[in-house]
Amino acid sequence: MLKSMFLGFLKRKEVNNMRSSSRSLLRVCLVLGVSAIYVLVANQLFAESSTFHVSSYTVNLMGKYLCYALLALSLDLVWGYCGILSLGHGAFFALGGYAMGMYLMRQIGDRGVYGNANLPDFMVFLDWEAIPWFWLGSDSFIWVMLLVIAVPGLLAFVFGLMAFRSKVSGVYLSIMTQAMTYALMLAFFRNEMGFGGNNGLTDFKDILGFSLQSDTTRLVLFVITVVILLLAYCACHKIVNCKAGKVILAIRDAENRVSFVGYNTASFKVAIFTFSAVIAGIAGALYVPQVGIINPGEFSPINSIEIVIWVAIGGRGTLYGAIVGAIAVSFAKSQLTNVMPEAWLFALGGLFILVTLLMPKGIVGLFNNPDARQRFLRKFSSKPNASSSTRL
Amino acid sequence: MANLTKSALVLYFIMLSNWALAQSDDYIGASEHIEHASQVSDVFVWSVQQLPNANFKSLPSILNELAALDDASSSKLLVYLSNGDVYFHPQTKQVIYLTKNSQGERIHTDVLSDTSIALLSGRLRKVRINNSIRSLITQLQAQQNLNHSSIDVRLGAAKDLLGEIDNISSDAVNARLTKESDSDVTAILRTILALKMLDSAGAENVSSALVILSGSLEPDVKAALMTASLQSDKYPPNAIKEIQATLANIDNTRKWYGYIENVFFGLSLGSVLLLAAIGLTITFGVMGVINMAHGEMIMLGAYTTYVVQQAFPNLIEYSLLIAIPAAFMVSGTAGVIVERCIIQFLKGRPLETLLATFGVSLILQQLVRTVFSPLNRQVASPEWMSGSWQINPAFSVTFNRLYIVLFSLSLFFALLVFLKKSSLGLHVRAVAQNRDMARALSVKSNWVDAATFGLGSGIAGIAGVVLSQLTNVGPNLGQAYIIDSFLVVVFGGVGNLWGTLVSAMSLGILNKFLEPITGPVLATIIVLVGLVFFIQKRPKGLFPQKGRAE
Repeated sequence: MLKSMFLGFLKRKEVNNMRSSSRSLLRVCLVLGVSAIYVLVANQLFAESSTFHVSSYTVNLMGKYLCYALLALSLDLVWGYCGILSLGHGAFFALGGYAMGMYLMRQIGDRGVYGNANLPDFMVFLDWEAIPWFWLGSDSFIWVMLLVIAVPGLLAFVFGLMAFRSKVSGVYLSIMTQAMTYALMLAFFRNEMGFGGNNGLTDFKDILGFSLQSDTTRLVLFVITVVILLLAYCACHKIVNCKAGKVILAIRDAENRVSFVGYNTASFKVAIFTFSAVIAGIAGALYVPQVGIINPGEFSPINSIEIVIWVAIGGRGTLYGAIVGAIAVSFAKSQLTNVMPEAWLFALGGLFILVTLLMPKGIVGLFNNPDARQRFLRKFSSKPNASSSTRL
Repeated sequence: MANLTKSALVLYFIMLSNWALAQSDDYIGASEHIEHASQVSDVFVWSVQQLPNANFKSLPSILNELAALDDASSSKLLVYLSNGDVYFHPQTKQVIYLTKNSQGERIHTDVLSDTSIALLSGRLRKVRINNSIRSLITQLQAQQNLNHSSIDVRLGAAKDLLGEIDNISSDAVNARLTKESDSDVTAILRTILALKMLDSAGAENVSSALVILSGSLEPDVKAALMTASLQSDKYPPNAIKEIQATLANIDNTRKWYGYIENVFFGLSLGSVLLLAAIGLTITFGVMGVINMAHGEMIMLGAYTTYVVQQAFPNLIEYSLLIAIPAAFMVSGTAGVIVERCIIQFLKGRPLETLLATFGVSLILQQLVRTVFSPLNRQVASPEWMSGSWQINPAFSVTFNRLYIVLFSLSLFFALLVFLKKSSLGLHVRAVAQNRDMARALSVKSNWVDAATFGLGSGIAGIAGVVLSQLTNVGPNLGQAYIIDSFLVVVFGGVGNLWGTLVSAMSLGILNKFLEPITGPVLATIIVLVGLVFFIQKRPKGLFPQKGRAE
């Protein structure tokens, strides 16, 4: 009885949101699709001297940004819609990346420095006799694709099951996820772990027989990234707009009430957390062939926190906000580190503070909502007022 | 006065005899000679004169005489003899040390006067020694050191002898034992005698030797027993059994001391964790504010130490004492600024606080990188921090660890007293328990928040001073400790100082006991994973705070 009333309430809300949400879906698909096609056309058709030409370097860079966007999307799904602030999403990303790296490593074959057809270079270096069990099957692309999905998914599932069932939430959960990625980082730094230790996996030659150095392969990887990002976006959109998505949203806002109504909130949270980790893993798998290296640094807590800032700046709770934030911040980062390498951390830190203090809805919130825009302006103008009201 | 005249007469005599017998062409400044002559005795002169004529048979008796002198010149002569650096001129019979300086030029030094002289002309002949004489010299040297007036030299000599008991005769040890006053040296000498008894292999000897040896923790004794237990042809089976039993006994004792040492290492790691986490307990536990910039407050404290040492290069010994209040002020001020400018606007929004303070931490890191360069900075350790306290051969404690344990414990109790007894402490606790009620009772909660945050950050700064003595001072110093400190606080129970103490110490000890089994990195990982599991079982930590208004 309670459940159906609750659902009815959710439905009514849903109808109101339906129109605007399907419009945003269309818009995002359009923008992404058109820009991808433009990049494709500009890279292939225009001559290199032309102002419209997009260089292969740029294509590669854009592919990287889109991987970040996919990663940000996955975090937005759990943070923006379910209130789970994961400070360890970089771990899922890196795990997916390592799985892909294993495949790429095996593809090198006997072209490595030591010319060993069966063992990757670092294993020869460590005097290992045979390939360890967890590398078995890594020469098969299908198996590795399975790993890309299964490993981050399984980790998130087990972690989520334990955390959410014992009602760990909020700040505690954030710190636990951070500890998780930190522990993984330490583990992957060890040579005995069997993933190349400090140097990670690198020196890749080709993927599915195509050279990673060739421009065509890079272009194809870019297109695949765009397609997967679009698919993931649609999937996330579907999830947050379906009935379960509404429950997840309700969990974010008032978890106790949802569980009093009769929902098992833990299983919803585990499900969304696992799904999000899988997307993060896929993002990592797309990222590694495009940058050509994966090392334990990807597990470092600061990387995971950077993901959080993408989402926060873009605007959490709006899926396209995460994409906007990831691309905008990454773009700003590569521009700023070129011009003033010193200033980047100042800028990033300042952004963190400004966004959390002044624009909790992010960039997207500014343009989206006239109320928020006004509130933002008001906050700016009334800043001195606010501080004087706190009596010392 | 009479003494003085007498010694002057003796000196005069020695001078005369030196000249007469050495038949040296060189004129040696009288004043210089007197200085040396004061250390040179008749016997020494006599022995030196004998050296050119000595053969392998007569040399040992000369050396024995020489060693019996037990002064600086004779021990120097023994050293040079064993190195084969003593020569004599075939005609004049002048005995010299032949050495080379750093440029590789030869230097001749007259043995009797111990002054460098012009190079002698003609072929020099070496005072030759063979292996048996060389080992005699080693024995004599050991004996000399054993009779040295300084306790430290005697102790060192006795310890050296433990490893090479053949270098000394039982008689010499016994002779020393009757004169020895220091208990440590006596104990080692007894052990040496026991080892000699064990070596002699008589059945009664072995058992009485083992009685003494079973109490010894010296590694040399263990090694000797190990060798003995394998020599089944030398010892009867019963004796071997006894030796093995003693060996097991010693191993057991050493193992226990190993555990004690591990506990101490664990305590010292734990007190570092405690220092890093204790400030966080206040800000996180009492205010409910997640301060991701806490690690950077520690870093600021460490850099303050560096700046203090740069500013007062003459006061390295006191630099830590100056740095502690300075670091408290620097980090505390930074904390108050952060609280006033950022955190107060984010009250009740913990996740946003987390993000904003993370921004602060990035800015502080980059600031330090810009000001001090990204390279690690060298912070000197004062003299009194170095060295160690050797409690017994199996267990020693380094002073810096000892001081850190003591310091962090005293800081902890000072903070405890401050929170319990001072009026600010009362206000802090009141605001933590029920903000609205505290405000209704005219506690200025805003002011208390700023002060609390400043206090927590200031203590982090003090932790930085301590950490500067243990690790590299660099921009990433804080990063390494932030996760650990959060886990310590959460494990102990948020807002509970005692819980933080217990959790820091137990995590430190756990880590140190895992380390020998798994290696340091894996130990850290295991502890981290274990904590994650623990938090899932008991989300409120070891000692959850009761009755806290949420």
